[in-house]
Amino acid sequence: MFDRRGLQLIRLHNIRKSYLVGAVSVEAVRNVSLTVQMGEIFGIIGHSGAGKSTLLRCVNLLEKPTSGSVTVGDVELTGLSERQLQRQRRRIGMIFQHFNLLSMATVRDNIAFPLTLAKLSKAEVNKRVDELLKLVQLEQHADKYPAQLSGGQKQRVGIARALANNPDVLLCDEATSALDPQTTNSILALLLDINAKLGITILLITHEMNVIRAICDRVAVIDQGEIVEMGDVLQVFLKPEHPVTRDFVDQVADSGANGQLLRERKGRLLRMTYIGDLTYEPILYNAVKPTSVQFAILQGTVSRMKQTPYGQLIVELIGGDEEIERVIAELRKEGLEVEAV
Amino acid sequence: MMSFENVRWPEIWDATKDTLYMMTASLIFTIVFGLMLGIILFLTSHRQLLQQPIVYAVLSFIVNVLRSVPFVILMIMIMPVTKIITGTTLGVEGSIPPLVVAATPFFARLVETSLREVDRGVIEAAQAMGATKWDIVRYVLLRESSPGLLAAVTITAVTLVSYTAMSGVIGGGGLGDLALRYGYQRFQTDVMLVTVALLIVLVQVLQTIGDALVRRYSRK
Ligand SMILES: Nc1ncnc2c1ncn2[C@@H]1O[C@H](COP(=O)(O)OP(=O)(O)O)[C@@H](O)[C@H]1O
Ligand SMILES: [Mg+2]
Repeated sequence: MFDRRGLQLIRLHNIRKSYLVGAVSVEAVRNVSLTVQMGEIFGIIGHSGAGKSTLLRCVNLLEKPTSGSVTVGDVELTGLSERQLQRQRRRIGMIFQHFNLLSMATVRDNIAFPLTLAKLSKAEVNKRVDELLKLVQLEQHADKYPAQLSGGQKQRVGIARALANNPDVLLCDEATSALDPQTTNSILALLLDINAKLGITILLITHEMNVIRAICDRVAVIDQGEIVEMGDVLQVFLKPEHPVTRDFVDQVADSGANGQLLRERKGRLLRMTYIGDLTYEPILYNAVKPTSVQFAILQGTVSRMKQTPYGQLIVELIGGDEEIERVIAELRKEGLEVEAV
Repeated sequence: MMSFENVRWPEIWDATKDTLYMMTASLIFTIVFGLMLGIILFLTSHRQLLQQPIVYAVLSFIVNVLRSVPFVILMIMIMPVTKIITGTTLGVEGSIPPLVVAATPFFARLVETSLREVDRGVIEAAQAMGATKWDIVRYVLLRESSPGLLAAVTITAVTLVSYTAMSGVIGGGGLGDLALRYGYQRFQTDVMLVTVALLIVLVQVLQTIGDALVRRYSRK
């Protein structure tokens, strides 16, 4: 139905969700609006209890928003009857932190389940299940039961099941939070692959910044039920504005220097940001070479965000004011972002 | 050394067949009605798919009432109903309705408890896939709770064996009837011992088969 990237696939408009706990109303999600583009991987990050799961579950209406509207593709889900909603949900796959597989069914039957619900013929079901087993590399385990699988394998079954009906969207509720780091990476790689090869849009929630950094294009930060920051991952990562965002960015920064240490330095402190191929060039050295300015690197990260390399250094420059200005001008000319700390 | 001079084996064999017949027939009806009632109890309970506090409260009350009446009294109380259904209140036929009425609420509670053990997350995953409520009952609830349900059937079958023995009191037939007529009324202790031994064997066999099935079908 949709074949162009850049279209708005998911639109959440003024979503609110409150729960009545005893006589008190708890606002789990407050007035959230956001749009997910066709083909992107969109991440929502927040601390435990921030309202991530509630918000994600509003997208397929497992949770009915107290107010606001949810549109997926060109269908407003919030206006549908139960029957219509059940049909639309087949276009929205979902995977879970604890996998939620049928414990009494084999891997094959678990993957076949959504196809059975969609009333496909036995032959069609078998053919599709074989394709999916191959996609998630579980051909060897087709006849095992979930209890006989590792966490990573269980999540692969979850992914295959979620993709069975060729959905437009995949919702991921902390899909890697129950997995060890290595398995997490393999599941994240699979999600990237699915996004790139099948063009499936992914909306994920997590409390781990490395998940966002590894696979997301855009990110929203949620705190106490509200979106406090939203944008391209690179931009949010390098220039976090909200304190909660800074916390998350610090999760993955190599924190060689703390505030105290930086304040004690005598020279001029600069934060330099490289993006793309610049990351691997000897720009700093080239800039100071013609001058008598010396430098010390106090803190630094060189890494990769999805496919983009980036680096961020906090550097102390020692020397005359005029020469330091010349160095800064040179760095900027080369395309670095430089700002005083 | 005890002699089994009073024991007439053909009669014992007939009584055993009667007991097995009463137990099996009433177990089948109990499973059908109890499963339906148990599923309704579960679905209408708090925070479940068909949450209906009033329906749940009423059904729950009826179940509790039936479960608090001792079987012998229940049997006598529903005699008029038994008469309408089977045309008699005596013999094997006459004991099946009271057995079903007594065992159904018991089994229904066991079903409700088993269904409660099903992981909420799995039910949600099915909802997220577009499953209807009926799909969820069929493919998720019954399937996921099947080891628990097998265990519940076993317990119910054993309970029914002891109920059939009691139904002997009002001429229900079977091993209980035999034990009562010969053992208690005519002081033929040997007959009573044989019937009791047979009841013990029956219960052991049922429990062993049930346990084996539960083990065979457990996946956790
Ligand atoms: N069914 C519920 N009833 C009452 N409060 C709830 C319910 N679900 C979630 N909440 C509350 O809403 C808030 C957000 O929960 P959740 O969305 O699960 O957070 P997260 O996934 O970010 O950890 C929490 O304060 C939680 O206690
Ligand atoms: Mg959560």
